[in-house]
Amino acid sequence: MPADFIAALSNIAQPTNFLIMAIGVGFGIIVGALPGLTATMAMALLVPFTFTMDAVPALMGLGGIYVGAIYGGCIAAILVNTPGTPSAIATTFDGFPLTKKGKAEHALVTAAFSSAVGGVIGAVVLLLLSPPLASIALKFGPPEYFWLSIFGLTIIATLASGSMLKGLIGGGIGLLLSQIGIAPLGGEMRFTFGLYQLQAGLSLIVVLIGFFCIPEVLSMIEKKFSQHDSINYKPQKGVAKGIISDLIKKPILLLRSAVIGAFVGIVPGAGGNIAGLVSYNEAVRWSKKPKEFGKGNIDGVAASEAANNAEVGGSLVPLMTLGIPGAAPAAILLGALMLQGMRPGPELYINYGDITYTFLFSLIVANIVMGVMAFYGARHVAKLINLPVSYLAPMVVFMTVIGSYAIRNNIVDVIIMILFGLVGYVTKKAGFHPGPIVLGLILGPIAENGLVQSMLMGKSAGSMFEVFFTRPLSIILILLCLVSAGWPLISNLRNKTPDKEADANA
Amino acid sequence: MKRFCPLVLVLILAISVVVGCAQNGEEGKDEFNYPTKTIKYVVPFNPGGQSDLEARRQQKPLEEKLGVNVVIENKPGGGGAVGWSELVRKDPDGYYLTGMNIPHIILQPLARENAGYETDQVNPVALFQGTPIGLAVQPDSPYNTLDEFIEAGKAKPGQITVGGSGTYSGHHITLMQLQDKTGAEFQYVPSQGAAPSVQSYLGGHVDALLANSNDLVQHQDKMKILAIGSKERFEPLPDVKTFMEQDIDMTASIDRGVAVPPETDKRIIEKLEKAFLEIAKDEEIRAQMKEEGFLPLAMGAEESKQYINEMKDKYSAILEKVQAESK
Repeated sequence: MPADFIAALSNIAQPTNFLIMAIGVGFGIIVGALPGLTATMAMALLVPFTFTMDAVPALMGLGGIYVGAIYGGCIAAILVNTPGTPSAIATTFDGFPLTKKGKAEHALVTAAFSSAVGGVIGAVVLLLLSPPLASIALKFGPPEYFWLSIFGLTIIATLASGSMLKGLIGGGIGLLLSQIGIAPLGGEMRFTFGLYQLQAGLSLIVVLIGFFCIPEVLSMIEKKFSQHDSINYKPQKGVAKGIISDLIKKPILLLRSAVIGAFVGIVPGAGGNIAGLVSYNEAVRWSKKPKEFGKGNIDGVAASEAANNAEVGGSLVPLMTLGIPGAAPAAILLGALMLQGMRPGPELYINYGDITYTFLFSLIVANIVMGVMAFYGARHVAKLINLPVSYLAPMVVFMTVIGSYAIRNNIVDVIIMILFGLVGYVTKKAGFHPGPIVLGLILGPIAENGLVQSMLMGKSAGSMFEVFFTRPLSIILILLCLVSAGWPLISNLRNKTPDKEADANA
Repeated sequence: MKRFCPLVLVLILAISVVVGCAQNGEEGKDEFNYPTKTIKYVVPFNPGGQSDLEARRQQKPLEEKLGVNVVIENKPGGGGAVGWSELVRKDPDGYYLTGMNIPHIILQPLARENAGYETDQVNPVALFQGTPIGLAVQPDSPYNTLDEFIEAGKAKPGQITVGGSGTYSGHHITLMQLQDKTGAEFQYVPSQGAAPSVQSYLGGHVDALLANSNDLVQHQDKMKILAIGSKERFEPLPDVKTFMEQDIDMTASIDRGVAVPPETDKRIIEKLEKAFLEIAKDEEIRAQMKEEGFLPLAMGAEESKQYINEMKDKYSAILEKVQAESK
């Protein structure tokens, strides 16, 4: 193995390999920043080239794109409140309010630094802990997925910001929206109104663009006409240094977020979006000043970004050790590995040790390269927001149309996006946060799959109770659900005094 | 200057008439000239899936053979149904191809009221890759042969869980076929996609698994494979007996190919067929496919059409029977 390590490092240091990876990172950042274009698409574009490439540069390039794109998603999230990739949903919660305050650079630097830290931690987890973690991932069966999604739904309490009732209604709407299309198990058509295009169901990305971006663009225009102060960014000196020294003082925040991200990534099917949301939720829960979140707190951005980049490493754990792609981009890597004749599993590390370790180390390096690029780019990217609204608004709308078409090359998706944009604008005025709706949409299918499969298992075993309530991991998840759902009560009782102090200080 | 204008106009008109006539003349000759522009090759599944990777493997050689650009576009949704519904509504000009999967294009219109297309409308050009479906049990399972497994399915009906991908899918119909032929009864636990079903199996959450040959090859050391749905022994898994060898008269496979809209000119189909078959017969590509656990195929348009009709008859008979029984 030490020989493999040395071979790996010298592979990475080779100028061509390094360059391909760095270009991959840059390309990934751009694609990730454009709403509707995903890491998966960017990687699929590279696949035909990998047929003729050597394994090392091919894998390094694909890894670079993956890392870059997941970071890139934060740029649109921060600047225009639109998650560039679903992973960046939670980044919008505090990233965009920071931009509104003229602190876009603060948010971008926070994202760059925490993404790099999270990404490196995720990659190290992948490098060192894969086999034991993969066996935990396998323990996640249908009942565990069901309880995991119920746990995810308890995050609504945090996202609802203000009205719990509106949060719950939003979550319910999201769950209902997730029902559109062919039933995942059973195959019936639901709510398609006879339109064959709706068989596919709603694309999460299309709904995201509609709900997050369009209302923001509309209020941008509205503000221009009502002569209110518009968003702008003034370059300040020393922002980057200040932010980084601030973040370094919060190692627990970064570490906790990265660990959550890596762990969620390991569970196949739970992606960066869930990682970011769970981590954000925990950041709010453990903060001494939970009320500052959602109004432009850099901790919120750090929590989301550290988690979603750590998820990259995590999602590759089941891929490398078991051959199960934990996320869509990992599926492309699996294809690329197979094309090179490399079958994932223990033999990958034995027979192709040099290539495998090169790939794993290159992910660490790619995260550092990404961090550097993002760090130096932050100031220039932040200036984009200074464009006059009369240019910015049409540009953003143009991008949303392209993006929602590109995701499935389907014009119906563009119509759906606009429709949800208008609905989102109205519901926002009525005080609904899009967070719970999107959460319902993400978790609905996972919950439904888990529920139906568990019931089939229960039918076969002759006992529903046994399947749902007696499996050890399920019990842990049920306890987590209870704690999470009861938390607002607990914290109210416990934190009555400190909360008041925080308010007084603010 | 102004005086020249009419003259210039007349000149332009004259030139355009002459040029126009010349163009008309060319069209009138009815010369078959295909392809002359970029061809769109739609994959009705997500990027990264097997259908997508196969199309991307073909992209470059197709461009070489046809002499035009080939653009791959993913149009996922409804297990492929959205892509096929779109295909059958396109102009039959040969510039719009869509990957086609069997048995999907047969089962979807059979199982759904409004799948958006009919099987006959999907106009096959060629079939180039197959993945026989196999049945596997856990390594510590008490069943060592297909017979033992079937007997257990008769002795404790519905108590053995079998994982697979999708409802009214290739895996589902394979299990229906097996139950129909043997009288055994199992509990099917579908997942959304092949990868999650393999994962569920590896975690021990189901007793047995229906899986595509590439997944069987990939995970063979973690399973006892009882039977495979190919006609003859499957080369990458030489020790696994087929269903037929074990006296169960059935084959089971997911086959991938490419199709054009209905009523496409025969000459266009021939040209495309030739290019796709040449690629399918390429030794290097065949070797790659076997390495990955696939069965290289090379069926032309007519042969594919026959095969689809044959399977359609078989599957509609099974579905009718199952639906009648459940009523």
